[in-house]
Amino acid sequence: MKTKIVVIGNGMAGARAVEEILGRVPGKFDIVMFGAEPYGNYNRILLSNVLNQTQEAGDIFINPLSWYKENNITLHAGVKAVRIDTARKVVLGRQLHPQAAAYAVHEEDALLAGDIEETYDHVIIATGSRPFVPPMEGFGGEGTFLFRTIDDCDRIAEYAKGCKKAVVIGGGLLGLEAARGLMTHNVEVTIVEAAPQLMPAQLDTEAAQILKRTMEAMGLTVLTDRKTARIHRADGKITSLLFSDGATIPADMVVVSAGIRPITEVAKDSGLKVNKGIVCDDQMRTSDPHVFALGECVEHRGKLYGLVEPIWAQATVMADVISGFNPQAAYLGSKTGTKLKVMGVDLMSLGEKEAGADTDEVIVYREPNRGIYKKLVVRDNKLHGAILLGDADAADALIQMFLNEQSVPENRSDLLFGDVKGVAFIKAADLPDNAQICNCNGVCKKTIVEAISSGCETVASVGARTKAGKGCGSCRGLIAQIIEAKLGKASYDPSEHYYVPGIALEKSQLVAQIKAKGLKSVSAVFAALAEGKEDADSKVGLASLLKTIWPKEYEDERDARFINDRVHANIQKDGTFSVVPRIYAGVTTADELMRIAQAAVKYKVPMVKFTGGQRIDLLGVRKDDLPKIWKDLGMPSGHAYTKAFRTCKSCVGTDFCRYGLGDAIKMAQEIERRFQGLESPHKMKLATAGCARNCSEAYVKDLGAVAIGEGKWEIYVGGAAGANVRKGDLLCVVNSHEEVLKTMGRFMEYYREHGKYLERTYGFVERVGIDVLRGILVDDSLGICAQLDERVQKAVDAYKDPWKEAEVPAYPAQFEGPRLVEVLQEAENNG
Amino acid sequence: MKNIRIHLGSVEQVPLGQGHCFMVGHREVAVFRCRDGRLLAVENTCPHRGGPLAEGIIGEGKVVCPLHGHKFDLVTGQGSEGQECVKTFKVWEENSNIVLYMPLLNKTLVKEAV
Repeated sequence: MKTKIVVIGNGMAGARAVEEILGRVPGKFDIVMFGAEPYGNYNRILLSNVLNQTQEAGDIFINPLSWYKENNITLHAGVKAVRIDTARKVVLGRQLHPQAAAYAVHEEDALLAGDIEETYDHVIIATGSRPFVPPMEGFGGEGTFLFRTIDDCDRIAEYAKGCKKAVVIGGGLLGLEAARGLMTHNVEVTIVEAAPQLMPAQLDTEAAQILKRTMEAMGLTVLTDRKTARIHRADGKITSLLFSDGATIPADMVVVSAGIRPITEVAKDSGLKVNKGIVCDDQMRTSDPHVFALGECVEHRGKLYGLVEPIWAQATVMADVISGFNPQAAYLGSKTGTKLKVMGVDLMSLGEKEAGADTDEVIVYREPNRGIYKKLVVRDNKLHGAILLGDADAADALIQMFLNEQSVPENRSDLLFGDVKGVAFIKAADLPDNAQICNCNGVCKKTIVEAISSGCETVASVGARTKAGKGCGSCRGLIAQIIEAKLGKASYDPSEHYYVPGIALEKSQLVAQIKAKGLKSVSAVFAALAEGKEDADSKVGLASLLKTIWPKEYEDERDARFINDRVHANIQKDGTFSVVPRIYAGVTTADELMRIAQAAVKYKVPMVKFTGGQRIDLLGVRKDDLPKIWKDLGMPSGHAYTKAFRTCKSCVGTDFCRYGLGDAIKMAQEIERRFQGLESPHKMKLATAGCARNCSEAYVKDLGAVAIGEGKWEIYVGGAAGANVRKGDLLCVVNSHEEVLKTMGRFMEYYREHGKYLERTYGFVERVGIDVLRGILVDDSLGICAQLDERVQKAVDAYKDPWKEAEVPAYPAQFEGPRLVEVLQEAENNG
Repeated sequence: MKNIRIHLGSVEQVPLGQGHCFMVGHREVAVFRCRDGRLLAVENTCPHRGGPLAEGIIGEGKVVCPLHGHKFDLVTGQGSEGQECVKTFKVWEENSNIVLYMPLLNKTLVKEAV
């Protein structure tokens, strides 16, 4: 018996949720959908195009009726789900009267007799919204219309044939689109808006004024600050509108497009928690754990969303959770920005339209004759809000900047005119064909686009075809952008989530299986979870994961180690190795330097070089000299070759520096002694700084500690200064060295447990979010800090200097170079 | 050129699941000992940039070159990238010893058995 999901609502959100689930686990669930409208699902946003006759209704379907058949989805079209019986786990629906509007609040007579019952294991509510009708007399009946469905469009277009003067009540985006649509049906259109300006949600007063003039130049009449009190009729036909101030205007049809309200009756009637919308948590669950909800009907963290991107994000999280693909997925809310054309006019609106504080910076550019208006609200050097009207060339740069909370360039006007030097963003779709996207493998955009045209729909498949993204991986985001630009969306490829390619499980599932089955070695994992197939590319990732899970009991099969980790040195291009002994905090002694120098001479080391981590590198060492050189050095491994804690650099600090506010050197030494060699999903490079001058670059490290005086340290995480450059996020401020060690240990342990293999901390911190991390690691919101402390302590206690294998190799051939064979001549062809 | 059998010594010289490089005359041969006991051998030098294949990770009859990740089938010699491939050699175990079967080498490098 398959698990059964009942979806209430067959609009864009419901359909997307189903698509996302099918994309992850095809065939796993039985799916039933209830839809009040008697169609397959369609793109409601394109209804404006249907009304203004640039598209046919048939063109805007996303999933026609055949899609349901092909995917074995049972669709109850034209059936309204009226109640969820959460005790019996049954959804009850009633057929809608064919003339009844799908979104009306149904009285009994709109519903035909006879219940349709569906049992369920899970419910997804995606009932969307209904149009809001402001209170007035005379609305309803002939000549009045709402603008929400395909049926509405048909009726409006039909009625307009016999009309001369149409009134649209509602001067927001949808009202303006309805007005434009009506104009194409040869009627004079007047827009009536109750607020003092058009588009009060997106525009400030001045921009709205400019927009009004642009609309009037197109032939629309715009009346603002007018509340409709009554619709007058004669012989049943509309003749005029009366406003609350007593004025009237002639009219023969009225379309109301004055906002939307979430449809929540089925949730309310089923005992679920409903506020302004159906209340959902970060996993899109309602107050009943078996009932999910997404889309316009949902209230998440107090917010309602009416735009497509937040709803797609909700669908992704919900699908991850329901399919079991990523049980930890969480939707944290969306920052919204709109970029659209209203009546052919470019418009972009982000964040706050007005300055909120005295210190906010407001930059405005106006060209009223061309209908152009651009405004930026800058707070703390970041974009707090922006409006672009009439010319939205700079929109993509601003949106990127807003969503990523990047600092704005010093020359603010650079932002307004689309010339964004010094802004670290790239819009891949705008790059020319010969632009190099992947630097590691030298792949240009044209090659990637060709791969997409020939059927590659995911980052992984583009990589398999072209090698793009297979090196350091930092261009994968760009590749995803190119795919989205070409196809509308990047396809879902479950193998992108596999922890290692040879086992079809994502990380948390893999960890669960390993723990449940007690798999302590890489070969045991292959035997139990991959039918014994030992995929070479999966061995190293598994080894790393197992060591994290079983610090003491891990069965270390050396053949699952990369060469660097078998000989504890970094292999070079000619098969020799580099040797970097550990120099704590970059502070050495004359005696150490002498030992290093002597070893360099004795073993004829071709190159001696300083590293970025404030250590010394002996390059060109032969494999069989490695144990000997370590013994001569008498210093522990610097782990410069592996996915683990590498270094903690330091500036001079209070030891000698006249600016020092903290003992950066001692802090770095303590950090390095404690965490040396700690394994992690990818290398960790740290630094401490004695003050904000940051000579040791602590702001761009995986973890950084910066002294701010009075014994306090700021802790930064997720910084990077390699192929990607990112300033770390401030995690917290602590008051002592002990607290620095404790907090850093917690972060490192959480990263070890939740980072993807080969995901640097900068990717991890961006993915999880600094606020979430702060909650977990500083506020202990999940109550796991004590366990994290315990586990990192265990890992620290299990540390062994790998160079001690010089004394006792793990196996005889460990450091052997090529063996010279004496050939014994034998009779030929005795094979 | 004739093929000759060459004794490489105890199979224990090659750690389980790993490879080891043997210099036979002027040739470097990488011999691998799979976890299921199979012995496989290819020329040690990666055709891409000369990496030491004997140091690579193996699995499912393939080796991954440690320098840039090019992958080679140890039975057919076929590589993962373009037309690259490596020479393969017959190798097997006899009484816990490795026997390599390969074309006769330059006579001056062949020593007589004692």
